[in-house]
Amino acid sequence: MKSDRYALKYHHFNENSILIEWPEAISQSILEDLTHFKTKIKKSESSPYIDQAVSAYQSLLVQYKTTIMSFEQNVRQLQSIYSSKALIKKRKSKNWKIPVCYDSQFALDLPELCDKLKLSKDEVIQRHCTPKYTVFFIGFLPGFLYLGGLDTKLAFPRKATPRHYVSAGAVCIGGQQTGVYPEDSPGGWNIIGNSPVQLFNSDSKKPCFAEPGDTLQFYSIDANKHAELKTLEPNDFLIHST
Amino acid sequence: MIQVIKPGLYTSVQDLGRFNSLHYGVPVSGCMDKTSASIANAILNNNSDCALLEMTLKGGHFRFKVSTNLCITGADMSPRLNNRPVKMYTAIFVKAGDELILHRASQGSRCYLAVSRGIKTPKIMNSRSMYKGITASFRIVKDDELAIEETESKLKSNAVIKGTIKKNENIFLYAYKGPEFDQLKPHQIETLGSVSFTISKDSNRMAFPLEENFSNELDPIITSLVLPGTVQLTPGGKLIILMQDCQITGGYPRILQLTKTAINSLAQKQPKNKIRFTIT
Repeated sequence: MKSDRYALKYHHFNENSILIEWPEAISQSILEDLTHFKTKIKKSESSPYIDQAVSAYQSLLVQYKTTIMSFEQNVRQLQSIYSSKALIKKRKSKNWKIPVCYDSQFALDLPELCDKLKLSKDEVIQRHCTPKYTVFFIGFLPGFLYLGGLDTKLAFPRKATPRHYVSAGAVCIGGQQTGVYPEDSPGGWNIIGNSPVQLFNSDSKKPCFAEPGDTLQFYSIDANKHAELKTLEPNDFLIHST
Repeated sequence: MIQVIKPGLYTSVQDLGRFNSLHYGVPVSGCMDKTSASIANAILNNNSDCALLEMTLKGGHFRFKVSTNLCITGADMSPRLNNRPVKMYTAIFVKAGDELILHRASQGSRCYLAVSRGIKTPKIMNSRSMYKGITASFRIVKDDELAIEETESKLKSNAVIKGTIKKNENIFLYAYKGPEFDQLKPHQIETLGSVSFTISKDSNRMAFPLEENFSNELDPIITSLVLPGTVQLTPGGKLIILMQDCQITGGYPRILQLTKTAINSLAQKQPKNKIRFTIT
């Protein structure tokens, strides 16, 4: 991959953190550049001084273990890591297949969505299951994946009044985005189904299976299959390909 | 064991927080006022990462089932041991059967109760800090039993620290410019540094909203990273100061970032208290 692809902005965020920002856009190439930079930081000589590096759409937060003594010096180090041609194997991204039951018992907002978008239930399901969504980052709730790639025909405004309770596994559409609630939570997105996959498990060594850069596809299952998979550990049925 | 007879208004087990888990979307959590918490651990010769109880505005009623040394710091909740007043900011030896009662905070907002070698609730993702969805419960409730180790004798050192939270002590909070600070208009910057703001009654471990309206012409940002101490400006023209249990990302402009010391002092403010920002 080419280095120095973007003009980055460095911001002294707090005593021990630097925020790095890419241009204001959501794109696959920014995601790749950012993920690659993050990997290079973690493998660099500076890594013993770094507590963690965490990313969002077009920003990367680098937290140092101690107070930053010279912001300018740390920025120079980061810049040289960014422009370095270090041959680091890119992590092979995985494509996860996520089962979703679009049955009416779960899909509380699907009738309204079909009605307003003038699509049949099957068309919505088909359009929702077709794209390979990109995992940009995890935020909002532990294990909540920010996905890019929703069919623009399925974009649907958030509810004016959020629900007090959205159950874990709810598959939703909010504006241009789709996502799966990892836990019971209040929420303003439209519920179109439910996935039996546990997206976050704090007891596990790897609490969330997906990483930024991975892709994800939904497939439709019936209520019986949903009930059956609900009793299994994700590792027992989650399929991915590279 | 510590038996919880009454939990108080909002009491949870906290330590320094959960590090290295932000990339799973897991908040850092941890003690809101790290200064008071670390003094309590230091007085007991504990490691700095020992977990303690954080009580908010009104303390609880606890019975010790084993002997230990304890130390109370932070907000003054008029602690009484077996119905007699006890000192804060020093080690107190308690025996099995002793009862500690804490009341409404007269000064400050958050009171810390540390015991020798810390509270031993389960460590999840390298921390005992309670948080919904991570630990089994997010606050302690009546009849909980919190694991602690027995300590048979009184701590030899007699360290006392004269550190109390004074009423309305220092309303100035030091803050750095946030990532979107430069998008503010000169008159907004002027207001931000010159008026006092009121802490909302809706303040909690996630965030301290401020009551005043603040003119806002900034566009929302592409969802980006936030930290405890980030001051966000909402489209409705309200300021929100994020605290230890905040989400890891947000879409509102981040106009200021409190210093860590300022976060500790804000954690001790009560609803309706006034604050002012000093921008560094």
